[in-house]
Amino acid sequence: MAISLTESAAKHVAAQLKRRGKGMGLRVGVRTSGCSGLAYKLEFVDEKKPEDVAYDLHGVTIVVDPKSLPYLDGTVLDFTREGLNEGFRFRNPNVKDQCGCGESFNV
Amino acid sequence: MTLMQIAEPDEAPAARLRRRAVGIDLGTTNSLVATVRDDGIAYVIPDDEGRPLVPSIVHYGEGATLVGYDAAPRQSPDPQNTIVSVKRMMGRGLADLTDDRRFPYRFVDGPGMVRLATRAGTKSPVEVSADILRALRERAERRLGGPIDAAVVTVPAYFDDAQRQATKDAAKLAGLPVLRLLNEPTAAAVAYGLDHGIEGTYAVFDLGGGTFDISILKLTRGVFEVLATNGDSALGGDDFDHRVFCWILEAARVPPPSPEDARLLLLRSREAKEMLTGHDAAPIVATLSTGQRIDLSLTAANFSTITRTLVEKTLAPVRRALRDAGLRPDALQGVVLVGGATRMREIRRAVAEFFGQPPLTNLNPDEVVALGAANQANALAGNRERGEDWLLLDVIPLSLGLETMGGLAEKIVPRNSTIPVTRAQEFTTWRDGQTAMAVHVVQGERERVADCRSLARFELRGIPPMAAGAARIRVTFQVDADGLLSVSAREQTTGVEASVTVKPSYGLGDDEIARMLQESFDHAADDMAARSLAESRVEAEAVVNATESALAVDGDLLSADERGAIDDAVAAARHACGREDTAAVRLAVESLNRATAAFAARRMDRGVARALAGRTVDSLA
Repeated sequence: MAISLTESAAKHVAAQLKRRGKGMGLRVGVRTSGCSGLAYKLEFVDEKKPEDVAYDLHGVTIVVDPKSLPYLDGTVLDFTREGLNEGFRFRNPNVKDQCGCGESFNV
Repeated sequence: MTLMQIAEPDEAPAARLRRRAVGIDLGTTNSLVATVRDDGIAYVIPDDEGRPLVPSIVHYGEGATLVGYDAAPRQSPDPQNTIVSVKRMMGRGLADLTDDRRFPYRFVDGPGMVRLATRAGTKSPVEVSADILRALRERAERRLGGPIDAAVVTVPAYFDDAQRQATKDAAKLAGLPVLRLLNEPTAAAVAYGLDHGIEGTYAVFDLGGGTFDISILKLTRGVFEVLATNGDSALGGDDFDHRVFCWILEAARVPPPSPEDARLLLLRSREAKEMLTGHDAAPIVATLSTGQRIDLSLTAANFSTITRTLVEKTLAPVRRALRDAGLRPDALQGVVLVGGATRMREIRRAVAEFFGQPPLTNLNPDEVVALGAANQANALAGNRERGEDWLLLDVIPLSLGLETMGGLAEKIVPRNSTIPVTRAQEFTTWRDGQTAMAVHVVQGERERVADCRSLARFELRGIPPMAAGAARIRVTFQVDADGLLSVSAREQTTGVEASVTVKPSYGLGDDEIARMLQESFDHAADDMAARSLAESRVEAEAVVNATESALAVDGDLLSADERGAIDDAVAAARHACGREDTAAVRLAVESLNRATAAFAARRMDRGVARALAGRTVDSLA
């Protein structure tokens, strides 16, 4: 079970953490919501919980709660620019379909 | 897939696992707030002096608003600015307060709900109730150490939509996150069922300060099902006080008292009543503003005599509820007493006699509703452990339906349906080319709309022109867990839709619901006849309409004689509709049908001929 992070994503995470001034890393996870079942969670981490799994990737700490891990196994977190927008993108091999608005997905 | 940004951590769920949940019994005379301890035991939160109750009294003083015990002493000196029994005014118009001579207030008739002129300005019953709820909220927050996350507020089972909405509004105004409203007897059953694990069929006899509710409940493995509810929304301990009050006026020959004196004597009446639950006589001593001194003794026997009709008045709804549930009085495993007024020996005796067993009284009858509400709030807030899930089923007190042709009420959701509930039924258009339909939502048990209570009206427009009966309009009734109703109508082919959420149609008489129920039993036969008459009239009109449109199109198929015969039959049918005679209407419709039989056949032939005209046999094959 593992997830990974592209170098460009890692650079942005590090930069945003620095700008924020606190936080030990990035939490990725899934929660139930949206129109199709699950949605991704992307948050700063101030405190790691005992059950969390942590990865050190390109100098950035990524924290995942164990319940989310199976949904995210093999996922690559990327940072991309699309037209005027830029942001993080989950490349998740587990996703079977997602809803039209792109907010939620199913595995 | 959208691009995501990093969000701030959502700390709330991890920081505090247990949510602050309270149950509130907003009573006519007294209110309470309860919560559930970590060990699962519910308790009523007392004030700093250890008193569990908050008298439902609000005093609007110079610059300050007092609630509860602080407000109580102001009743006698300042009755117009000291509001008691505000629950009786919730969701009510001035016209509904038929016994308003018993309220010493300056009423202002406002849109929908009555308002009270006080020193602090014009107050609606919702605002006054919110002041009581706010005091309860603050008490709970002091005890629990932070803002309330979830609240369950109880209402009498007989509260209609307007009264429930008014209660919700009051809670919102007081800053309480109300998860749901719960019927008071159901809350009592929650308290008893969970604390004692009793299974079986039970009656909850709830005689509070201002309302009486009887509920028949079935408890099985932690699942509560309400089999029937009934009651009287204007009968309670206050009425017993009033009987004693009248007795004092008579016994001491008091001339009509001033509002202050009336308040004082009512207070003395209540004290005497409470004393008689444990004593055989109670002294009544008071000095009126006129200087008259009252010194009487009310004996238990005397009290029984003057309140006998009130005690008997509670038994009629009990019988009706049992009949609705299809049970005999001796079929119950127990009777739960709720409400301070059930401490009266007269009530306990009457209940024991009626059901043939002594009632259950192990929980404090004043607290049991609040305790049950706290259990419910705790469960809804998610504080329960896995596996402790339980379901709570409530019922609607009166059938919900809509008006159909001829002024008949079509019931969509029958009374005593468990809620939340969704029911749908298809209707159709009545006239050719009809493009709109009026939906009139009614509540009640009677067959004719005129005898039911009107809840709301709305129109569905944009129905495509079609022959009568071709449109398919699905009307959906949805009653949520709080007993609030929303109705929507949708034309199935085009999807045009219209809906209404029943806004508080403040303005139903206090006794109305009880009366409506009683009348539906009393008038069952009349209603049946009225329904037959209305139905036959609708059919007659439909046949007359169809005949006239046929005459307009194909009238040339008839000879003058034939035409005359049909015209006569149409006139006869019209005439019959004007009379109150179902048989005559049916007869007239039948003869009209006979008179037009030959005409109909000829029209059919012409239709076929038109369809075939100019075609050869080959082209049809």
